[in-house]
Amino acid sequence: MATKSSAELAQFGLTEQEIQRTLGVVKVRDVDYADLYFEFCLSESVSMEEGIVKRAVKSVSQGAGVRATAGEKTGFAYSDELTKRDLEIAANTARYIAQSPQGGQPVPLTHRAKLTRDLYPAETPISEVATAERVDLLNLIDAEARRYDPRIKNVMASFNTEYKIVMVATTEGQMVGDVQPLSRLQVTCIAEENGNRQMGTFGGGGRMAFSYYQDQERYKHYAREAARQAILNLSAVDAPAGVMPVVLGGGWPGILLHEAIGHGLEADFNRRKTSAFSHLLGKRVASDACTIVDDGTLPFRRGSLNMDDEGTPTSRTVLIEKGILRGYITDKLNARLMGIPLTGNGRRESFQSIPLPRMTNTFMLAGESDPQDIIRSVTHGLYAVSFGGGQVDITNGKFVFSASEAYLIENGQVTKPVKGATLIGSGPEVLTKVSMVGHDLMLDEGIGTCGKDGQSVPVGVGLPTIRIDEITVGGTNG
Amino acid sequence: MSNGLPAVQDYSQLALDLLSRAKQCGATEADVMVVDGRNLSVQVRLSAVDRLTKAREKRLGLRVFFGKRSASTSTSDFSRTSLDQLVADTCSLARAVAEDPVSGLPAHEASAKDRPDLDLYDATELGTDEHIALAKRAEAAALGADPRVSNSEGADFNSSDGHVMLANSHGFVGDYRSSSFSMSVSPVATDPSTGGMQRDSWYAIQRAYARLESPESVGSEAARRTLRRLGARKVPTCKAPAIFDQEMAGSLLGNLCGALSGYALYKGVSFLIGQLGNKIAPETVTVCDDGRMPRGFGSRPFDGEGLPTRKALVIERGVLRSYLLDTYSGRKLGLASTGNASRSVGESPSAGPTNFFLVPGTATPAEMIRSVKRGLYVTELIGFGINMVTGDYSRGAAGFWIENGELAYPVEEITIAGNLKRMFLDIQMVGNDLEFRGRIASPTIKIGEMTIAGN
Repeated sequence: MATKSSAELAQFGLTEQEIQRTLGVVKVRDVDYADLYFEFCLSESVSMEEGIVKRAVKSVSQGAGVRATAGEKTGFAYSDELTKRDLEIAANTARYIAQSPQGGQPVPLTHRAKLTRDLYPAETPISEVATAERVDLLNLIDAEARRYDPRIKNVMASFNTEYKIVMVATTEGQMVGDVQPLSRLQVTCIAEENGNRQMGTFGGGGRMAFSYYQDQERYKHYAREAARQAILNLSAVDAPAGVMPVVLGGGWPGILLHEAIGHGLEADFNRRKTSAFSHLLGKRVASDACTIVDDGTLPFRRGSLNMDDEGTPTSRTVLIEKGILRGYITDKLNARLMGIPLTGNGRRESFQSIPLPRMTNTFMLAGESDPQDIIRSVTHGLYAVSFGGGQVDITNGKFVFSASEAYLIENGQVTKPVKGATLIGSGPEVLTKVSMVGHDLMLDEGIGTCGKDGQSVPVGVGLPTIRIDEITVGGTNG
Repeated sequence: MSNGLPAVQDYSQLALDLLSRAKQCGATEADVMVVDGRNLSVQVRLSAVDRLTKAREKRLGLRVFFGKRSASTSTSDFSRTSLDQLVADTCSLARAVAEDPVSGLPAHEASAKDRPDLDLYDATELGTDEHIALAKRAEAAALGADPRVSNSEGADFNSSDGHVMLANSHGFVGDYRSSSFSMSVSPVATDPSTGGMQRDSWYAIQRAYARLESPESVGSEAARRTLRRLGARKVPTCKAPAIFDQEMAGSLLGNLCGALSGYALYKGVSFLIGQLGNKIAPETVTVCDDGRMPRGFGSRPFDGEGLPTRKALVIERGVLRSYLLDTYSGRKLGLASTGNASRSVGESPSAGPTNFFLVPGTATPAEMIRSVKRGLYVTELIGFGINMVTGDYSRGAAGFWIENGELAYPVEEITIAGNLKRMFLDIQMVGNDLEFRGRIASPTIKIGEMTIAGN
C-alpha cells in the first residue's frame, strides 16, 4: 500500500525542506490554515465502435495546488511546474487574501501520517494493464452484445482508467499520501427495427483491479444489459405525465438521494444558509423508514477514498436517522467555521481546483418490506429501475432525475415499458412520502460522476426498493 | 491580464521538433496541439473576498498515425524526458489499436491559407484588486436592489488569456491568441411571508474588457431575475404553448448542435439522421454557424485540424442545409469537412459549432407573450432528460405562467416534455432579441405545444 510519503515526494521531485519552506511562505500571520496538494495523474482510455477499437488516448498531468484560508476567505493558486520557484509564486498568491506581512519561517512536518487501511489493494496496478488486454476486452463485448439480438446495430464501448498519486502537506504539520486507482467500463447499444431506433447503456467500475471485469465474465453481463435495454426500448410507450406513486428499484436509482438531499446537506451551502436544508438540523425531513448515510470507507467502491483531498480519513456519516436530519458533510474550512465535526468529505477534481464538501457513497439503509409487496401495493404508477443524470437547485430544493428504464404499474403488476421521463420533486419533502422500504439494499455498479462548481468527482449511490407515495412524473402522456 | 504570471508562449518550434521525432519513430502522419493560458478569478460574498484563484497552465497533445492506425496523448510536463516518453507511448498505443479505413489528416491543400484577425485578444491587464473591486460592485448592486435580497452565493470576476498552436506533418502551422473577461452574480432572495428562498444569477462575458457591461447592470439584472421567482408554485398537468427565453432557447439550439455533429450522425446517436435537404423547421427558422464572427466566443481562424473556418447556413428557411463535420466524420458520411473540427488537447478531433445562432425574427418578447392565452414562459431548465437517438425530451422547468397574454405568476417543480424533432417543426414565433453571451445564441422562441406535468 502506497502511503510512504518519502516515495511520493520523490515522485514529485521535491525535498521535505522545500515543502516546509513553501508552507512557511504561505503561513503568514492571518492565515488560519494552508495546504499543499501534489498530484500526478495518468489517464488512459480505449474505445470501440462499428466493431473496431479505433481510439486510444493517454494523458499525463502533474502539478500542485497551494491554498490558504483566513476566516471565510480562501486564496488559491496552482502550477503545473513543480520547481521551487513556481511553488513560491503560488504560495505568495495564495497568501494574498490574508493581507499580512511576509512570513518565512518553515513549517515543520511533525506527523507523517501513515494511513491505517487500504480500501483498494491490487496486485497489479490498473496502470500496468497492457493496451492489448484492454482492446481484447472491448472486442469480446462487441461480440456478446451483437449475439444478444440481431436488432443490435451498433455497439460502442469504452474502458477508462485513472491512476492518481496524491500527497497533502498542511500547516498543521501533517504530510500524507495515497495512490488512487479508478476504472470504468461502459457499453452503449443501438437497436433498430422498422425505422425505430433506440439506445441502451450499461456499465460499471470502481477502484478495483482489471480482473474484476473478467470475474464471472462480468463484462459480458454489461454487454447483455446494454443490449437488453436497447431492445426493450423498441417497445416502450409514452410515459405518463402528472403526480402518481413511484416505485424505485434498488441500486442506481439512489441518485434520488444524491440529488434530493445529498447536495443540500453539503456544509458550504448550510454555512452560507443558502440551502433548503439550512434550518432543518434535528427536524423531520423523511419518513421513519428512512436512514441515509454517506460512507467513503467501502472497499473498492468508486466513491470511496482512504483519505479525502485534505488528508482526512474518510468516514461513515449518518445524514438522516429514521427520518430526522442529523448532520452535514464537511471539509476543513466549513467544519472549522461552523464548529461541527470533520467528516472527511473535502474533495477536489484535481490540483487545479479547490476542495469542497462533496459526497462519497450515499445510500439508504435496508428496510423490512418485500420488494414484490411494494410493487403490489400500487394500483396505478411507475416502476423505475434505471436512471440517467439528475440535478438540483440547492436553494429552493427542487431536484430532477431522469429514468432510462421504467415500466407502468397497473393493478399491482409491472406492465409496459415506458419511454424515459424526468421525475421532479422537492428535496425536503420527497422522502417524507416514502411509505415502504425494501430489504434489498443494492449499491450502484460504479458509474457515477458528480458535478459541483465545475468540478467532477467520482461518487457512488445505493438504494433498496422504495415506494414514494407521490411525485411528479414528466412524460408526454398527460 | 493576470498580473504577476509569466506571459503565454509560442511553442511552434517545440511542436515541429516533436513532429520530426514522431516521424523518426515510424509515424506516417502526426499533429501537435499546444495550449498555454493564464487565469485570474475572484469571488466575493457579502462584500468580502471569498476566493481568489490564480494560475498559469499549459498542455501539449500529440496524435500520430501509423498508416490507418492512430492514437493520441497529452501531457503538462514539457521536459525533454517527458516528451521523449510521450512520443514512444503514442507510437506504441497506435500500434495496439485496429486499422480504421477512413482515418488520417485532412489533405494539405485543404488547410487554412489565410489568418484573419478576428479581434479575439485584448491585452488589458487588470490587477487582483481591480478584480475584487469589480466583483464587489456587481454584488452590491444585487444586494442593494431590494430588501428581499437577503443573502448571496457570491459574485465573481474572471479574466483569462491563452494561446493555441496547431502544427501537422503536412506542414501546417497556425496559432492564435484570445482573451476573455467575465463576471457573474448569484443573489438569494427570501419571501417575507413564507420564508421560502430562491436563487438565480446573471452574467456578462466579452473578449474585450472595454465591451463588458457595467457590474451594476449585471448585479441588478441578477436581483431582478431572483426576485421574480419568489412565490413560485406548481401548475396543473396540461398541454400548452411554451415560450423559451433567450438562454433556454439557446439550450435547445445546443441540443440541435449535438444532433448535427457528424459523430452523432454516423454512430446513429442523432434524431436528425438522413434529414439533409429536408424541412425540419418552419420557414421563419434560419440557423447559421459563423466561425469568423469578430470577437465571437466560438471564432477561430482555423479549426482543430487546421482547416479554414467559414460562415454556413445550417438551416435555411426551415430546410437542413449542412451538418457540423470534421474530416473523419465527414468521410464516414461521404461528405467534406465543414471546418467544424473542435479539439481538446490530447483528444482526437470531434465536430462542434463555432458561433451557432438562430437568425432573429421581428417579434418582441412582449408581443410573443401577448400571443399566448394560457401557457408557459420558460426561464430555467434542469436535468438531463434528453434522448438524442429519438429526440424525446423531458426536463425540469421553472418560469412563469401566462394568462391572457400576461405573466401571471412564477412556477416551479414542473416538467416540460415533447420530442425535439416535433418541437423544432412547431416553432411558431422567433423573437428579435438575439444577443451573444457564448458560442451558441438564440432569440426568444415560441413552441406551439408541450406537455407540462405539475400537480
